[in-house]
Amino acid sequence: MKDSNRIIGASLPRPDARRLAAGRGTFTDDIILPRMVHMALVRSPYAHAMIKSIDTRKATKAEGVVRVITGEDLADICSPFIAGIEFLPNMISPPQYALAPTEAAWQGEAVCAILAESRALAEDAAQLVLVEWEELPAVVDPVAALKPDSPLVHSGLESNLVMTLPRAEGDTEAAFAEAAVVVEHSFEFGRQSGLALETRSVIADFEPAGRRLTVYQSHQTPYQMQDVYARHLGLDEHQVRVIVKDVGGAFGLKLHAYPDEMAAVAASVLLGRPVKYIADRQESFASDIHAREMTAAGRLAVNGEGNILGVEVDVLSAVGAYSVYPRTSVGEGIQAVQFTGAPYRLPAFKGRVRVVYQNKTPTGAYRAVGQPIGCVVIEQLLDLAAAELNLDQAEIRRRNNLGPADLPLKAAGGLEIEDVSLDACLTALLNKMDYEKLRRDQDEARRQGLCRGIGLATFVEQTAVGAGLYGPAGARISAQEGCSLRLEPSGLVRCATSATDQGQGTLTGIQQVVAETLGVKFDAVTTEDGDGGSTPYGGGSWASRGLSVGGEAARLAAIDLRRKILGAAAAISQETPDNLTLSGGEIFSDGKSLMALSELARIVHFRQDTLPSDVDCEMNVTRHFLPRKFPYFMANGIQASYLEVDLGTGAIKLLDHWVVEDCGLVVNPLLVDEQLRGGIVQGLGAVLYEHCLYDSSGQILTASLADYAVPLASEMPDIHVVHVENPTSGTGLGAKGAGEAGTLGAPAAVWCAVNDALRPLGAQVWKQPFTAAHIIEALRSANCPQEASELFEN
Amino acid sequence: MKAAAFKYLRAENLDNAFDAFAEYGDEALILAGGQSLMPTINLRLAQPAVLVDINHISGLSGIEQSGEKIQIGATTRHFELANSELVASKLPLIASAIKHVAHRGVRNRGTFGGSLVHADPAAEMPACAVALGATLVLESRAGERRISASDFFLGVMSTDRRPDEILTSIELSADGPGDVWAFRELSRRHGDFAMVGVTAKARRASERLEDLRLVVFGCEECPQISAVAASLAASGQEPVAIAQAVAEELNPMTDLTGDAETKRFQARSLIEQSLGDLLEGRADG
Ligand SMILES: Cc1cc2nc3c(=O)[nH]c(=O)nc-3n(C[C@H](O)[C@H](O)[C@H](O)COP(=O)(O)OP(=O)(O)OC[C@H]3O[C@@H](n4cnc5c(N)ncnc54)[C@H](O)[C@@H]3O)c2cc1C
Repeated sequence: MKDSNRIIGASLPRPDARRLAAGRGTFTDDIILPRMVHMALVRSPYAHAMIKSIDTRKATKAEGVVRVITGEDLADICSPFIAGIEFLPNMISPPQYALAPTEAAWQGEAVCAILAESRALAEDAAQLVLVEWEELPAVVDPVAALKPDSPLVHSGLESNLVMTLPRAEGDTEAAFAEAAVVVEHSFEFGRQSGLALETRSVIADFEPAGRRLTVYQSHQTPYQMQDVYARHLGLDEHQVRVIVKDVGGAFGLKLHAYPDEMAAVAASVLLGRPVKYIADRQESFASDIHAREMTAAGRLAVNGEGNILGVEVDVLSAVGAYSVYPRTSVGEGIQAVQFTGAPYRLPAFKGRVRVVYQNKTPTGAYRAVGQPIGCVVIEQLLDLAAAELNLDQAEIRRRNNLGPADLPLKAAGGLEIEDVSLDACLTALLNKMDYEKLRRDQDEARRQGLCRGIGLATFVEQTAVGAGLYGPAGARISAQEGCSLRLEPSGLVRCATSATDQGQGTLTGIQQVVAETLGVKFDAVTTEDGDGGSTPYGGGSWASRGLSVGGEAARLAAIDLRRKILGAAAAISQETPDNLTLSGGEIFSDGKSLMALSELARIVHFRQDTLPSDVDCEMNVTRHFLPRKFPYFMANGIQASYLEVDLGTGAIKLLDHWVVEDCGLVVNPLLVDEQLRGGIVQGLGAVLYEHCLYDSSGQILTASLADYAVPLASEMPDIHVVHVENPTSGTGLGAKGAGEAGTLGAPAAVWCAVNDALRPLGAQVWKQPFTAAHIIEALRSANCPQEASELFEN
Repeated sequence: MKAAAFKYLRAENLDNAFDAFAEYGDEALILAGGQSLMPTINLRLAQPAVLVDINHISGLSGIEQSGEKIQIGATTRHFELANSELVASKLPLIASAIKHVAHRGVRNRGTFGGSLVHADPAAEMPACAVALGATLVLESRAGERRISASDFFLGVMSTDRRPDEILTSIELSADGPGDVWAFRELSRRHGDFAMVGVTAKARRASERLEDLRLVVFGCEECPQISAVAASLAASGQEPVAIAQAVAEELNPMTDLTGDAETKRFQARSLIEQSLGDLLEGRADG
């Protein structure tokens, strides 16, 4: 801590951690309403099938069943939804229904809902629903999906291509013609899921007399969902209230409008009773959005000094059966292209993304959306070029890093970059990890037959994405965050924010910003989020916006409330407001204590009669903030991984991991460190373990935690965190986002480290996750002997 | 998912359980630690009419030594094996291997007998039981039946147990002087079932391995002693050559973690390391 009186910048633990650890959280499933019924869904067992008929007679008569609903029953209640983008008029997006009425396009798409007295009884009845299916050919492989004679993902489509988007800047042809070295490679990324500990949960409570709908939902943005439910169920928006209680992780997967939740809400409207739906783990694997499935072919041209002359990248992004509502599924592919080379000087750039449907679970925004892929592509290409030029991997990065002379910049990939601190981060990283010594250790290990590698991954992280993205897309999503502050008669402060907290500690950071800006103790502020009916309208949480945007709104509100407080204090004490300050909950005049804030609060609430009539006693302010100077902020940093590959078994052991990150002003180092560590672990999961596997008929093979491997503590290395603080000038607070940096850079660091380890053997990995089987595949295709001792002899 | 409704019957003695078998036939399933059975029931992959809880039958649990034999009751839990001094000193292979079985929470409930009857091809205890030459004691209304572990395992989750039998105890020989053992496992994450594992027991005499009982698990349908390993070791072959020969003989099943060739590759490496462990008297992979 820099200054012991400062609250911003202090490593304060989350006040709500104790409550949650004590089991006193209120998650959606903890809520029980009178007359509530439970929903279970009948899902398609096929990846692609027509629904010939659904016989619900037996299920309807089963014990405890209140109602059985099919797509037909909802036709007049809930309109279908289509996730398109207005500025991409050629994008194809088929309508999606709460319950598929005629055709199921992935294994797990729901076609029938059972409402019963308990979930167990609803599941009993679900077994009695007889669906007559006509199986259709399933489109699984994205390359095959683009062939002219491919079967179609939906029978109404003309092709499986969602959209294609080319991007070019500068003359890549000339760049590649004059290059000293050209390297190219194709990289594959496996499908993953976000896997929140608390599964998707909703309780819909429709009150027919007033046509009011209250929805409790585990979600990142109640405001968006109010709009979605109002429009698709034909209700007035101000009659719809979405309340988000405690949320056990979200990671982007709770940002979307899911048909399952739509079905629960529609069922409540139909029944006039509360309906609870809690996805179980198996359903989550089949119906939570997936992400990342992609192939990226990259090409890099450098001159003899290793300076980049040009980059080309071609991405094929496979997004499953629908474009997820309302944010679409094309962002991942677009960002993968945009972020290829974003931290570096790129004189010429050519990119293309093709997005394709397939009969698999739909995909959508998952922590760091596409950015990790762009990061892997450029970092791998740089290492390949460095090897050709016999250049150190750190050195080639330093030669290409964007620096002050380049900034601000509209980058070749289309990104706007205000300011980055890449060289400072690189230097800090090399010092922290003692790079030179580590390289010597690596050589020594090789002499002993141990195959070790070091990987570096530079990244920029787009945070606080604003109106520039969703506005032109035509999506009804607010990018502005708000904050309301209210002075209680006791002098304590209630803060209500539109930013939402799923466990990151956003509310703690906001509490720090309010307390310090206002001049009260940290404990004098309480925070509240997630009530779409009463917290200020805004975005919620996505794209690392909690502190960067929500925090700035809180700062502005605190400044305004302070002005009001000091104005009233000046009137009471007949001083001028300019002479007054508020600090630690006490009002001072020229450094001398004038009165406690609690005393002022008592007077403005209860003794207005003692004050002149023109004194402002309204101690309630609301402010909003939207990044305007820049369309978003650009955080940046670098990660490094040190690891060992067991050539006998293909196992990878992570030995150490470092991250240097610049998220601007650090409001709470403890929380930022944990965001980075958690994010890195998710990135390590992506590159080493997590994979949604399907067979050739589109059946998911990994629908349980026994088969889908998430990273566990036992395999994780120490993660060393260093901060470089380079505040953004786009806000008074100066914070940029930090939520995605870990997930963004960790895969590339491991890609580079594994291939650094394997390079002397002539072997290379090319698809994540790096299972032992893939390592062995890589070793075998390079004809490596299995005897480690023979490998590094020369 | 939620389990379909079932009847729960708490057996106080073996007779209670046999009565249930007589009444419900194969509609009755034994509940031991529940760590394999309950997930199956909760996913509705099994919908038994009755669960017969054998956890409260006295005499089915505990670890005892009589002479050179160690007797382990079927409902002895994994954590009890892990904490037992008797196991640590007399059955060090089990003591080492048990740490690879799942995580603490699962080890607190899962039982030795349940693990054997469940017969997962990637499970550690069935492989160890075969390597150690264990004898399984099964009881039914008809009486007691003893069977060697090598004969008990028939295939993937398939054993020689008859539907009316309860596994009551397992008999093992205590380690003697000159006995050496090895246990090596490759799993995706610590505590996961094995992708491939190797366990072995032998006697070391003048730099040779005699009576080598080497089992590769997580690979083939059920654990079995490698005859090739035993004969090559007895003739004094080098570990590299033995590992190569055993790996070539394997007939690995493809699963989510790898195909046959991958598993053969990994097994070769683990076998060689295990033989090294045995020859050098090194323990614990
Ligand atoms: C997350 C997780 C991870 C795991 N990881 C591993 C691992 O790495 N390695 C491993 O080996 N296991 C692992 N397991 C399984 C665990 O070891 C189980 O405990 C064990 O396989 C079964 O033992 P149980 O006592 O729980 O049996 P139960 O689940 O109660 O029963 C299993 C089967 O055996 C039958 N049965 C049980 N006892 C008897 C008996 N005495 N006589 C006749 N029939 C009987 C039951 O009817 C049932 O069919 C894991 C389990 C979980 C949940």
